[in-house]
Amino acid sequence: MLENFSFRTIIEYLPLFGQGLITTVWLSALSFAGALAVGVVLAAMNLQRSQLFRVPAKAYIDAVRATPLLAQLYFLYFGLPRLGFVLPELVVGILALSLNSGAYIAEIIRAGILSIPRGQVEAGVASGMTYVLRMRLVILPQVFKVTIPPLLGQAIVLVKDSALLSLISVSELTRAGQLLASDRFMPAEGFLTIAAFYLLLYYCLKGLAGLSSRWLGLQPARSST
Amino acid sequence: MIWQQLQSLAGSYPLALRGLGMTVMLSLISLVLGTALGFGLGILRTGGNRLISSVIGAWVDLIRGTPFLVQIFLIFFILPEFGIELGAFTAGIIALTNLAACFICEIVAAGIRSVPTGQVEAALASGLSRWQRMRQVVLPQAMRIVLPPLVGQYVLLIKDSSVVSAIGLTDLTRVGWLVVQRVPNGLLVFFLVGVGYFIVCYPLIMLARRLERRMGQAHGEVQL
Repeated sequence: MLENFSFRTIIEYLPLFGQGLITTVWLSALSFAGALAVGVVLAAMNLQRSQLFRVPAKAYIDAVRATPLLAQLYFLYFGLPRLGFVLPELVVGILALSLNSGAYIAEIIRAGILSIPRGQVEAGVASGMTYVLRMRLVILPQVFKVTIPPLLGQAIVLVKDSALLSLISVSELTRAGQLLASDRFMPAEGFLTIAAFYLLLYYCLKGLAGLSSRWLGLQPARSST
Repeated sequence: MIWQQLQSLAGSYPLALRGLGMTVMLSLISLVLGTALGFGLGILRTGGNRLISSVIGAWVDLIRGTPFLVQIFLIFFILPEFGIELGAFTAGIIALTNLAACFICEIVAAGIRSVPTGQVEAALASGLSRWQRMRQVVLPQAMRIVLPPLVGQYVLLIKDSSVVSAIGLTDLTRVGWLVVQRVPNGLLVFFLVGVGYFIVCYPLIMLARRLERRMGQAHGEVQL
């Protein structure tokens, strides 16, 4: 049983956990920004009429969605040095998370743009708006509105996925738990503490998702993480 | 150079097959168990008992709010402290089943909630028992909402099974990791690992998309 559960050890390791938490937060934020960029580019390619853009974007999205993140992570981790890129583990991790989440975000953005009724575009054309004006004043504000909740859902997934970076020894939150577990043979203290920290992040993002859908006047989101 | 590596890779195909077998077995067992458990939980979640419903809701939130890797570590390293000795395989199955059940529970609950109350009332008025109502009226209609995300969930499950390699199970990802120590070509090795997963997952993704389109059409017909 857990009768010798040691809160003292947890407090002793608290600075380590704090550092891990901070690392997890900023590396997730950075990866999310990267994923947004990747997602926007892929979605734009996917919405072109020319097969030249659509086929590679679709192939990339399918390849990412049909393979596990861990395999993708190892692909970059063991593969990049072979191509002559010797990068720190942290950079490889952020790259892997961005490239992975980007494929999912591309689908979210695409669905958002396709959800705008055709009539809206036609009305824009009829009012003599240029493409840029239509995009800026008609399409994008509406896309923005419907994509925020699923994007926050993807952010939750990304934060959880970032735990896998511990397997290529990035010193984030899960790594801190592993250190405590292996240094002191205290897996319960290590892993329960980091689980609590992840839950904290989860509830923050979930609360934000709820707030955002209320601000945007949408149905309270049944978050589909 | 690349020939030698290919030859060396070809030599490790029994290992790769074993890894693929392990991935498929893990996924299949936890898929069956997780679906059964998930449907049970989903029905209980919408069953009207506040206490049961909120306990299930809280558990689902705990599982959704923590990384799967952490859940595996918790099950593998902490259950033994409660006197339950687990092999890595059993721990993997428990973790994957639990994860699948939690997500499927929410999918099923959403499906059941989507069935109009009038349907349930009509069934009540026809004197159907609770079980008959569920089986003959609610679930068949809920399935239209449930099926596409359910198949999508299976894809996620197969992909998540790669994480159990962290507790030393020799699944497809672990095989890649082992082979790359001998054949130092990460691009090639993990490309092949990816192909392995792709072969299993892609048909399911296609199926989910088709179901989504078909169920959407069916829904449209009803609304007309």
